[in-house]
Amino acid sequence: MKFSDFVAPDAIRSHVEAGTKEGVIREMAQALVDAGRIAAADMDGIVKAIMKREDLGSTGIGRGVAVPHTKHPSVNRLVGTVAVSPRGIDFESLDGEPVQLFFLLVSPPDRPGDHLRALENISRQLRDDSFCRLLKAAKGPVEIQQLLEEADSHGVVS
Amino acid sequence: MTADSHPSSCDAALTEQKVSREVVVANSQGLHARPADLLAREARKWQSRIELVAAAQRVDGKSILEVLTLAAEAGTRLVVEATGPDAREALEAIGSLFEHNFNEHTNSPES
Repeated sequence: MKFSDFVAPDAIRSHVEAGTKEGVIREMAQALVDAGRIAAADMDGIVKAIMKREDLGSTGIGRGVAVPHTKHPSVNRLVGTVAVSPRGIDFESLDGEPVQLFFLLVSPPDRPGDHLRALENISRQLRDDSFCRLLKAAKGPVEIQQLLEEADSHGVVS
Repeated sequence: MTADSHPSSCDAALTEQKVSREVVVANSQGLHARPADLLAREARKWQSRIELVAAAQRVDGKSILEVLTLAAEAGTRLVVEATGPDAREALEAIGSLFEHNFNEHTNSPES
C-alpha cells in the first residue's frame, strides 16, 4: 500500500497549532472534515474513538512519530492524513520523546488488512532517517505531499 | 525447537543459546500496533536477540517499527528466534503472548 492510497492531500497540515494530544487529533480530524473525507457529524465520535484507543496504549511508536487511529463505521475505505508539529507534542510515546510527525488513520471496521498494510507502509518508510527528518522540517503541506509521493515511487521496497 | 550452545567469550558461565519456534498470529486484527507494542516490550526485557522471520522478511522483535513492517494478518505463520544467554525464557515469554492472542478478544472493537 502507498501513502497516496490513504492520505488525503487536502488534509495534510505542516504546522499544527494544538499543543496537546487530543488537540492535535481534533485538528487532524477537522482537516479530514474540511477535505470532505469524513462527515462533520461524525467528527466528535471519531475523535472520541481515537482517544479511547490511545487509552489502551499510546500510538506514539518512537522516533517522534505517532499513528493515532480507529475503526469507524462511517467510512467505507481507509482514510488518513499527515500532520507535523514542529515544536513537538507530549504524546506519552513508547520512548518518552515528544512527537512531531502524525499519521492519523480511520478505517472501516471490516478491513483489518488495509489498516495493517497502511501501518506497514508507514513504519517501513520511516526506517529511513532522512525521510523522517525531511517530513518534520517541511515548510508546507505541498512539500509533505511531494515527500510522500517520492517515497511512494522511489522508497525502499523490503 | 533447536538449541546450540557456545561458550560466551566474556563469561564462561553464560552460554549463547539459539532457540526458535513457529507461532501463528491468531487475533483477527492481525499484528497491529497494540500487539506489536506488547511484543517489542516483552522482547526488550531479555538480553537475547529476538527476531521474527516471515516468508521473505527477518525483523528485530525489539523494534515496534520493524514488527509492524511484517503486516502480519490473522493466520500468518512466523518463526520466532531467540539468541543469547536467556534465549529459552525469552522464547517462552514471546510464545505465550501469541498463544494468548496478546490478550485481545476476537472481536475487539478497538484496534
